[in-house]
Amino acid sequence: MILAVASGKGGTGKTTVSVNLARALGREIQLLDCDVEEPNAHLFLHGKPLGSEPVTVPIPLVDESLCDGCGECGMFCQYHAIVCLGAKPLLFAEMCHGCGGCALVCPKQAIGETERRIGVVETLRAQNVTLVQGRLDVGVATAPPLIRAVKARIRAGAPAILDAPPGTSCPVVATIKGSDFVALVTEPTAFGLHDLRLAVETVRETAIPFGVIVNRMGVGDRRVHDYCRGLGIPILLEIPDDRRIAETYSMGHLVVDVLPEYGSLFRGLWDEITQRVERPA
Amino acid sequence: MKIVFTASADTIQAPLDGRFGRAPKFLVYDLEDDTFEMASNQESLDAAQGAGIHSAEVVARTGAKALVTGHCGPKAFRALAAAGIKVFSTDAPTVADALQRYRAGDLTEIASADVEGHRA
Repeated sequence: MILAVASGKGGTGKTTVSVNLARALGREIQLLDCDVEEPNAHLFLHGKPLGSEPVTVPIPLVDESLCDGCGECGMFCQYHAIVCLGAKPLLFAEMCHGCGGCALVCPKQAIGETERRIGVVETLRAQNVTLVQGRLDVGVATAPPLIRAVKARIRAGAPAILDAPPGTSCPVVATIKGSDFVALVTEPTAFGLHDLRLAVETVRETAIPFGVIVNRMGVGDRRVHDYCRGLGIPILLEIPDDRRIAETYSMGHLVVDVLPEYGSLFRGLWDEITQRVERPA
Repeated sequence: MKIVFTASADTIQAPLDGRFGRAPKFLVYDLEDDTFEMASNQESLDAAQGAGIHSAEVVARTGAKALVTGHCGPKAFRALAAAGIKVFSTDAPTVADALQRYRAGDLTEIASADVEGHRA
């Protein structure tokens, strides 16, 4: 089973849910930190490093001896990564989305491929959890190729939890695509609800079954509950607004290690989700 | 020679647009016969990324050899340089004012981008 933990609003508790769920299950599990611009699961799961591999994306390489400056490559490119303004093409590598189109349309077969590094994928082992995280290089603007490289490390035989980046943009879609279920973490406030609506719209586009986790119960009001009830969206779990949770994670500790009574909350969440995946309503 | 001014309206009195990559229009002035025509830069306004590069392509297609604007970002500058177009930066309020300063030799050619880009 592949569970994606996402949200609309940032800071609602995706990583808190992901890392504590992984630890509370106590069995072999893979946790993939897909927030490659700022991976933070490793702050709570202190793992033994198992490996680190650079990740690259393909970019065009023009053989100027074959190029006659016809400009077909520039006319084809949708991303302004290769443009023809002078005699020879000009490459803006950071704009390239690696589609390979320029190489295909070149009448002189003058465009080959080379690699551009965008970041690394690191694997760590923390007790029962295999943590795989992507770390985007500073200055790189596109996260999805690295997210796909992280997800390529999912192995059959153990469940996988994907800790998604916040929001609803390309990195989030790249993360949740192909998962069996999406848990949307929110807080019961106006900000939480505003962004939850956007996240629900986004997940609906993927047709992946989903539910909501309401974190910091008691800090706001019932508007998120009313919204979910009105649309028939299941509320999978409510986490209380317990100051001890904040104190625990501020020290880089797992809630289920310091406050073991929370273990059953997370195990219950897993049961709830697996039931919904195995027996869709 | 043709020279391009970033503009937000269709006449010589148009305000000179301070940004190159997201300028709505270009006023293409022919210095030889004192006529001008407008070129739309709408595609750059609509572009999610690469607006500066696209704007450079639009300017290159007009056949102009010089550009007068407020500010020019790094990708746009690289593209303009590849096209052999000189870039002049000014705070002149209108195209007419900028043209006058150009003719008087009061404009400074910039040797590199003078602002950061906004996105990829």
